[in-house]
Amino acid sequence: MTEHDLRMPCGEADVRKLRISDHVTLQGTLFGIRDATQIHMFDKHRNTRFDLNGHAVIHTAPNVRKVEPSERYPAGYAPICIGTTTSARMERFTRPLMHQYGVRIIIGKGGLGDESLKAFGDLGGVYLAIIGGTAALETTWIETIEDVDLDDLNPESLWKFRIRDFGPLRVAMDSHGGSLYDTVRRDAAGRRAAALAAMGVRG
Amino acid sequence: MIVDLAVAEETAKLLYIRALKLLPDDVKEGFARLDAGESDATAKDVLATMIRNIDVAEKTDNLLCQDTGIPIYNVTIGRNVDVDGFALKEAIRRGCARATKEYPLRSSIVHPLTRVNEHTSCGRRVPVINIDFSDTDDELLIEMIPKGSGSENGSFLKMCIPADGVDGIKVFVIDKVLEAGGRVCPPTIVGVGVGGTADLCVHLAKIAATRPLGTSCDDPDGARLEEELTTAVNSLGVGPQGLGGDSTAFAVHVEMAATHITMNPVAVNIQCHSARRASATFTPDGIELGF
Repeated sequence: MTEHDLRMPCGEADVRKLRISDHVTLQGTLFGIRDATQIHMFDKHRNTRFDLNGHAVIHTAPNVRKVEPSERYPAGYAPICIGTTTSARMERFTRPLMHQYGVRIIIGKGGLGDESLKAFGDLGGVYLAIIGGTAALETTWIETIEDVDLDDLNPESLWKFRIRDFGPLRVAMDSHGGSLYDTVRRDAAGRRAAALAAMGVRG
Repeated sequence: MIVDLAVAEETAKLLYIRALKLLPDDVKEGFARLDAGESDATAKDVLATMIRNIDVAEKTDNLLCQDTGIPIYNVTIGRNVDVDGFALKEAIRRGCARATKEYPLRSSIVHPLTRVNEHTSCGRRVPVINIDFSDTDDELLIEMIPKGSGSENGSFLKMCIPADGVDGIKVFVIDKVLEAGGRVCPPTIVGVGVGGTADLCVHLAKIAATRPLGTSCDDPDGARLEEELTTAVNSLGVGPQGLGGDSTAFAVHVEMAATHITMNPVAVNIQCHSARRASATFTPDGIELGF
């Protein structure tokens, strides 16, 4: 297990170095994205003015307070509670996010599937597992909401966060075919028969 | 006892915010118990982060999780309680909307077809308001549950047949826990409904998933099934966040209803580790807040 500190945006070589179980802490910029955001970007062909090339996105829709734009709150939103949602629903958007927008890192909870793992290998990307349900802690890693796009979808807007020491996050899927979720799933499926037998279920 | 509707509205607002911030003691104790018995290093690390988050939420007076959930209010009306039921439901709805606007909270509620968000945490038939009655004199209980969507998406119903027996129920629960994996934010409370009609069975699973830890099914066979399933689920190795380990579930809870001679329904509804609840008990002496 290696510790990495990555300033965003990063390049393909940076993410190819990451292996499952490594720890990564991010600095600089992080984009927030969710179901509706990606449905509109990829199914309804809406464009964003943000450049996501080489960046990390987190599966989120934050709690925010609308405020007057200021130096502290440039987007006119004060963060209240920013966390993470289940990634699996957004499986089919991984490849287009990487292919069309150059996204390198996806952060979420619960993991992504085989198609995403293949996209990470083909295009050079990783999935970083954040601990779901720990939003109070994650909020302390966010300095401010710098900007927001597609805000008619609020709270599922495309958010641009300024972050400091965001992590450590665990590399759960890498660009070399490694997936912690696959390992655990295979292992758990292998224990199914014994679990049922212990309850007296006839095989 | 006469219920003051303005107070009920204010309480409905307060309960939503309280539930999002303070984890019940039984869930905190559940974390301590899992942590003490966990043998996997990664799982220990994940549990430590979750426990730290509970502390950060309290110290920073923040929400535990970003998901404000689907708001559910369970109302239990005792004997000799004078309340206009329709007006009480309206008051709860207003309180829920005010919590969202005034705090402000993320409204997670959209129209199911247009996906339009009214930014009030309300919509058609939401908040969910369940009304029941008890034989306690002069008491009204309101329980608020912000049900997280990641775990709510881990909901399943199977109309097993009598020939499947209890084995069919056990296989279904194990397979659904495996299928849900890390998506439902383990460690979880796995709620299992057994019997009834299809809709009652699913509702029972929700009651089971949101029951306090440390409580048991009041049917002895149901309680035994809970123990067996809890051990079995935690032998699978799914672990916290689906990253492996012993701590897949705090517990499996079972709730039951009688069913038809031709039926053997089983439902699973899962509660995530942010197993949030808040309650208020109205009596002639005032209002007591709890979990």
